[in-house]
This record gives sequence, C-alpha cells and structure tokens, in this order.
Amino acid sequence: MNTKTRNLILNGLALAALVVFLYQAPGNLDRYKLRIINLIAINAILGLSLNLIYGMTGMFSLGHAGFMAIGAYVSALLILTAEQKTSMWILQPILPWLLNLHAPFVVSLIAAGLAAAFFGWLIALPVLRLGGDYLGIATLGFAEIIRILIVNLTPLTNGSLGLKGIPAHTDLWMSYGCLVAMLIFMTRLMSGNFGNVLRAVRDDEIAARTMGIDTFRTRVLAFTIGCFGGGVGGALMGNLITAIDPKMFMITQTYSLLMIVVVGGLGSITGSVIGAILVTTMLEWLRFVEEPITIGSLHISGIPGMRMVVFSMLLIAVIIFRREGIMGPREFSWSWFFPARKAEPEMKGGND
Amino acid sequence: MSLNMFIQNFINALGLGSLYGLIAIGYTMVYGILRLINFAHGDIFMLGAYFMFFATIRYKLPWAVGVLLAIAGSTICGLLVDRIAYRPLRSAPRISALISAIGVSFFLESLATVLFTGMPRAVLQPEWLMQPMLIRDGGIRLMPLGIMVPVISFILVGALLWVVHKTKPGLAMRSISFDIETTRLMGVSVDKIIALTFALGSALAALAGIMWALRYPRVEPFMGMFPGFKAFIAAVFGGIGSIPGAMIGGLTLGFVEIMSIAFFPTLSGYRDAFAFVLLIVILLVKPTGLMGEKLEEKI
Amino acid sequence: MRKLLLAVMIGLFVASGALAADGPIKIGFYNCLTGQNAFGGQLELEGAQLAVAEIPEVLGRKIELVVVDNKSDKVEAANAVTRLIERDRVNAIVGTYGSSLAMAGGEVAEVAGIPVMGTSCTNPLVTLNKKYYFRACFIDPFQGAGGATYAVKNLGFKKAALLTDIANDYSVGLSNFFKAAFVRLGGEIVSEMNYQSGDQDFTAQLTEIISKKPDIVFLPAYFAEGAVVLKQARELGATFIFMGGDAMDNPEVVTLGGEAVEGFLHTTFAYDPSMKDMNPVAQKFTDTWKAAHPDKDPNVNAALGYDACMLIVDAIKRAGSAEPDKIRDALEQTKDVPTVTGLTTMNATHDAEKELGIVEIRGGKKQFIGTVKPEV
Repeated sequence: MNTKTRNLILNGLALAALVVFLYQAPGNLDRYKLRIINLIAINAILGLSLNLIYGMTGMFSLGHAGFMAIGAYVSALLILTAEQKTSMWILQPILPWLLNLHAPFVVSLIAAGLAAAFFGWLIALPVLRLGGDYLGIATLGFAEIIRILIVNLTPLTNGSLGLKGIPAHTDLWMSYGCLVAMLIFMTRLMSGNFGNVLRAVRDDEIAARTMGIDTFRTRVLAFTIGCFGGGVGGALMGNLITAIDPKMFMITQTYSLLMIVVVGGLGSITGSVIGAILVTTMLEWLRFVEEPITIGSLHISGIPGMRMVVFSMLLIAVIIFRREGIMGPREFSWSWFFPARKAEPEMKGGND
Repeated sequence: MSLNMFIQNFINALGLGSLYGLIAIGYTMVYGILRLINFAHGDIFMLGAYFMFFATIRYKLPWAVGVLLAIAGSTICGLLVDRIAYRPLRSAPRISALISAIGVSFFLESLATVLFTGMPRAVLQPEWLMQPMLIRDGGIRLMPLGIMVPVISFILVGALLWVVHKTKPGLAMRSISFDIETTRLMGVSVDKIIALTFALGSALAALAGIMWALRYPRVEPFMGMFPGFKAFIAAVFGGIGSIPGAMIGGLTLGFVEIMSIAFFPTLSGYRDAFAFVLLIVILLVKPTGLMGEKLEEKI
Repeated sequence: MRKLLLAVMIGLFVASGALAADGPIKIGFYNCLTGQNAFGGQLELEGAQLAVAEIPEVLGRKIELVVVDNKSDKVEAANAVTRLIERDRVNAIVGTYGSSLAMAGGEVAEVAGIPVMGTSCTNPLVTLNKKYYFRACFIDPFQGAGGATYAVKNLGFKKAALLTDIANDYSVGLSNFFKAAFVRLGGEIVSEMNYQSGDQDFTAQLTEIISKKPDIVFLPAYFAEGAVVLKQARELGATFIFMGGDAMDNPEVVTLGGEAVEGFLHTTFAYDPSMKDMNPVAQKFTDTWKAAHPDKDPNVNAALGYDACMLIVDAIKRAGSAEPDKIRDALEQTKDVPTVTGLTTMNATHDAEKELGIVEIRGGKKQFIGTVKPEV
C-alpha cells in the first residue's frame, strides 16, 4: 500500500470518527461543553483564514474583526424576519428594501463570506501595496472604520443596539462541516502549486517576482480568500451567540485570533486548529481560579480577574518557551505514526 | 464658527495632541530599535497614573515626590516587561514578541483590575492648575494646566532629541536602529541600550499618564487602552521611528479629532473614522508616514 | 420477595429524591466583574451577596450564589450563562449590567428554560419576546420620558442639547427616548453631539454645545465618563444644567467631578441613601450595607443586585418550589413586592414597573428630590 492510499484511508477514518463524535456528542455532553466545542470550530475557521493571510502569505493584517463584523451582519440581516426587524429598529426605522430581505441560513452564510471577500478585495487593491507593519495599521484602520460605520448607520445596522434573536443555526454539524470544508480547501491549496506561490511571495517577494509571479495579484487573491473565511466565521459566531453588536468586533477580537494563529504556529494549518482548541478551552477551564476555595476551615473567596492574569501569564510563557508556536511551520502528517517510512520524502507542495 | 470658538478648540487640540505625542514617542522609540509594536506601552502609562494616584492621594505625599515615584515605578515596570517578556524573544520572529506584548498588555490590565478594582478613582487636581484665565472678555478660557501640558511635552521632546543625537547612549540607540548586529560587533552592550530605551519610553509614559490623569481627572485599569491605541496610530502617522514625527503625529491626531467636530458637528459620531481615513491616505501617499525614513529593503 | 425488593427500591428512590431536594437552591450570578464595565458589575455583586447573606435559607434549603464573570464581553456572557445552567445546575439566574450582554445570555437561558432576573439592563430589547427573562429595573423609554417631563414641567426648560455615547446601546436608546419626549412636550433640541465609549476628551463637543446655548444638556453616560464631561464643561465655562440617567447614579460621581457636578440632575430608581422617608426594605438594606462596607455608600446598582436576588427568593417562596418553571411562573405573578427600589410589579413584557426618582447633587452630596411621573 503506498503512502497516498494509506493517507486517504486514514483521512477517511478520521472523518468517520468526527462524524460519529458529532452524532454522539449532543446526547452525551452537556450544552456547556457543546458550546465550547462549537466555539473551537468557529475560532479554528477564523484562525485558519487569518493564517492564510498572515502565516502563509506574510501579509500582516489586523483587520480581521472588521471582516467578521461584515459577515455577522450580512448573515443576521438576511436571516431575521421582517417582523423581528420592525420590532428591533426602535430608534430609526429600518431601510425599506432591507426589511423583507430574507434568505435561508446556508445562503446567508455564503452571502456573508462573499460580502466580506468583496470588501476585503476593495480594501486590498489600495493597501496591499503597503508592506510589513504599515499594512497591519492600514487594515486595522479599515476594520475600525467598518465598526464606526456600523455604529452610525442605524437604519441599516440598528447602530450600537445591535441585532438579537438570530436563530441559533450554528450547531455542531454546521460549524464542523465548515471547518472540515475549510481544512480540505486549505490543505489542497497549500499542497498545490498556489501554495508554493504563496510561500514564495511570503519568503522572498523579489525573487518571486523574478520568477514571473504576479505577486500583487497573488496577495490580493489570498487576502480576499482569507476575508471570505473571516466573514463566514463571523456569521457562524453571530448564529451561535444569537445576538451581535459592534462592540464584539473591536481590535481585541483580532488580537485573540492572532493569538490562536501564533500560539499554534504561523503558517501551519494544524497549528491554527491546535491554537483554537488551546485558547478557547483555556479561557473557560481557567474559570476555576476565580471560584471560592475552601481548604479545611480556610475559606478564600473568588477573586474576579485572576483568570485573565493567569491566562496572560500562560500566553507569555508559551511564546517564550515555544517561540515559533506549538507546531512551528510544521504540519500534522500520518507519517508520524509510521516511522519506518521516514525515508520517503514528505511531499510538501508536490503534485499529488 | 466664531473666532473665539476656533481659538478655544485650537487650545484644546494642542493639549490633547501633545499628550498623544508624548505617548507616541514611547511607541516610536521601541519600534525604531526593535521593530516591535509595544502594545503594553498604554498600560505602562496607566500604571504611571496609578502610582501617582496612590502616592499623592492615598498616602498624601507631596506632588513632586509623587511624580518622581510614579516615574521610578513605571520605569521599573517597563524594564521588567522588557527583561521578562521581550528579551528572551530578541532572536525570535517579530510576531512572537508582538504576541508577547499583547499578553503583557492583558496581564497588566487584569492585574490592575484585581489589585485596584474596576472602580475609577478620582484624581484631585491642584487648585492653581485649574484657575481659568479669561481671554477676549471670557470668550476663551485657558487654564494653567492647558499651557503646562504642551510646554512640558515640548521640553521633554527637546530633551529626548538631545539625548538621542548628542550623547553616547543616544548614538548607540541610533546605531542599533540601523543594524543591531553590527552595533553588537562594535562592542556596544546592546541589551543595556535597549533597556535604556525602555526606561526612557516608560518614564515618558508615566509623565504622560500623570498629565493625562490631571487633565481627565480619573484613573482606571483600562485608561491606557484607547489613548495607547490612538497614540500608536499617531506614531505611524508621523512616521514610526522618528521622535519629532511622533510629536507631529500626535498633534495632527489631536487637531483632526477636535477640528473634525468643530467643523462638522453633525458628524461627531464619525470622529475616529476621520482620523483613520487620514491615516490610510497618508500611508498610501507616503508609506512610511510624514517624517519616516525609508527603511532599506534587504535583498 | 420481588415485592420487597421493589419496595426497597422505591424507598431508596424516594429517599434519594428527598436528599436531592435538600441540596442547596442555586442562584447563578453572571455579571461584568472584569473588563470595561467592571465598576457596575462589582457593585451589583456586592448587593447580591448581601441578599444571600440575609436570607440564607428558603423552603428549608440553603441558598447558594454561584458567581461567574462575563468580562463585559458578549461571547463570554453566553458561555457564562451556559456554564451556570449546565455545570452548576442553577435554579435561577441574576444578571447583568449592560443590555447587550443580557441579550447574549438571555438566549441561552431561554432555550434551557431557566428564569433570569436582569439587574440594570434597561434596554427594551432585552426582554422582547422572551419567556424566561425578567428584570428588576424599569426600561429606558420610561426613564427618558420621565427625565424630559421633569425638565419641561418642573424646571420649565425649553431648549435641550444631547451628548450621546454613540457606541453604547444604553446611551443611544435613552438619548432617543428623552429627545422624543422632550419634543412632544413642546421643547426644542438645539444640538445633538456624539462621542464613543473610551473617549476622554469632550472639549470639541462641549464647545459646540455651549455655542448653542441650551437650558439643559441630556447626558446619558456611564458615570465615570459623565463625571469627566461635567468637569470639562465647567472648565469651558458652561453654565447650563446637565441631566443624566441611572448609570450616573454612583457615589463616585461627586468624588470624580468635584465642584463641577454641583447641580447635576439624574433620573434613577427610587432609592438613595440620602432619602428621607425610606421604605423599610430600603432601610434594612442601607443598614446592612453600612455594616458590611463602612467606607462606601450603596447605590442603585448595589440595590438592584440585592432586589434581583430578593425577587427570585420571593418567587421561590410563592411557588413553594425551586423548579425553574415554577419560579418563572411565580415571577410573572410578581405584584407589589416591596423592594429597596420601591414596590415592584412585573408587567406583561417582564419589565419591573416601579417609580422613577430624581436625584440632584447639592453641596457635594446626592440628594433624593422625589419621584416623577412621565407625562408622555
């Protein structure tokens, strides 16, 4: 059996295991655990989409929260019924054409991604000429502008009141379905020729240009795809929380995604998934440090805020001791379990 | 808009802008040397304000002592942050240090919430700083604090420029910002110079924190978040890495914020958007900011 | 033999059921204990803790307050409520400061069928179409109309300006309701200025407002920002009156604003430690608070934290059960229950109907002036 068939079988088995897990989970786990598991998938999707922009193509973007916001709002505006909309726009009436706009969830998800990708593309055209940190600042600026527009354009977005009563469409099947689709897409992308082009643009733009690569077009394309992921992730998030408002999409949201990407390992698909698992569960698991503790007769009441103190210390420690993140640029591979076959070169970017 | 209103807005913008500038210098100095966006800078600013608050209001120490203690305390914190969270990452990819900086920022904010609670504390302004002077028959009001803030800021910038351009450690700083490895080979103790940079930046942040707390009289754990964020934008605006640039960026931002409302009162909800649009336009026209030097792209 | 076994098993089953019933009644508490709104959530927690200390038992079962932080963050708020319901198996929930957080948490509780008593989430949308969400506070349309009524009828003001935090749902909502009522009562809005949460320099907005010469400026801010606005306004020579909402009700306003807050008015719940003829519940609350926190005054957030817990306890008593659905039904029947903030009745939309108080700051102290009935 050659490696390719083996991996295909193993991938199939893993997928089957995931399906069994998703099928069994709702009956066996409580809703709290299910919510965290769900959140992991959404954070992984968002992390992967940012990783495509930053880790794989080397474009420092601090604007992901803005694209999430676009996705979340587009999706919510499409899903909410006219009745819900009328009852929610209590400050200014909603735009008439928007009132009766309605679409099923899956359509809204695609629309969310497309809208975010469109804005991403629009922004990319001017700002991707910038490099390094300046690109980060410019994208951050755009994300803030998007947020300020959402706050101010009340007839369109209901302003700072936000939207609520979004049906909780994001179940495990939805979020993990999107995650698996994203993973398949990303692995195929990165192992194909386009992945090589992206890496070339990231590692040495000048060399890539001399090879005849249209680096600008490549960057715009990667950025737009990343924004699509951001929009879908934002829409999934909105449909999980069921209420959204502009405050959710501040720069701190981008920071936590950046954390996921870097802690996992820049440019590593596996890394982003691991980062999402770690950051999401850690934040919830650490709640115990804020609970009151009784040791014998000694009663210590909980200290609110300790959780974030411990979390930030852990974050710094992880970065100091594993400076390239947990995975570094490496990827998970089934070959890890078959040491005998190590002689076979890992087909990174081969033509399989 | 009447002339009085314009002058009043001008005075206000000058005060706000010079404070932004002062905070921006801390970002610009660290960035110039390490190419690191020190996200924790705004929180050092917050700590400076808290130190001053505890010294003068809780423990009733004289103002001068309080200010000195705040500067000393923030400087120590700045040095500790560099030693613990940044120095081990000098040779790591820049993004690792950036995430570490975000971690430090979270850490300082939550630690402040745990230690000082989330309740904002009032800062008592000394009477003599707040006696308004009436100009043009009371059409314009100017307080000693309003003059003091820009004057002190400009003096500090002057002093800093002198340190950077006329002293040996300053020369070393500039040298590091060109090429850290060569500077090391020249026998300069790079880590010490970087520590000095953090110390200077933190001391300036403390001073900015104190003046900010006097002008907007309260301290709270998140007070550094927005000013820090805006000052950072100001630093990019003026050309990150350049000290006069940071001051000019800060002043520009202060003026944009105040004057956009003065001239377009109905658009006051879009205030921050004005600043960002201008930022993006400047970056597109002059990608390294107003005063920034073009960093050579290494091939 | 089999019958005996069955009897034993039934006996065991009943006994275990009885044992379970004797466990504590858990009241979940989610609020902003850290993050941007920590100042509000921490006070509400202190109030809730007093309530549980005062009534340690109901229906012969211990009451336990399970506290979870929501970091002033929406995703965390939803997680916190899920955690309370699934992991701690609470019977009812109290929280939170901040309407948008309540909306995120409310959906989770709605699906799980656990009743929630909101503390100070005053936006109308919080309880809209919710079967399980209640609140111990009144809502913003009522408050805004009350403020406008007082400004026009009692003070005789004609020209108002608004200074709104456009990024804050509470501020935007209240500002709008005040504006609508003020205009309907024959007043005129001469200037509408905005700022964003986190801003600390308001001089440009204030300079513009001063030039429009209003009689009164409505400032529905959170207190820390509001106090700074008042200070800057006086520094710029403003002489008009400022009026705020319940979020300005905090003893720190005086400390933060100093002389600048003299004459500042705000609408609030009908409770203040300075009240002359306090109702017995309020008196008791004030006394226990002073005993527990000798160095600070209680405010409405503390009172609402306390009231929210007490309303749930009251519902449990009336229901004679701690089952979530029974508590919910009893909560719906809440009528004229004496609380710190006055007699409380739940209306059809699950909002507390209670009196609106007016507080003025005089001589560096909060003075409760009286109550006002909105006329529009």
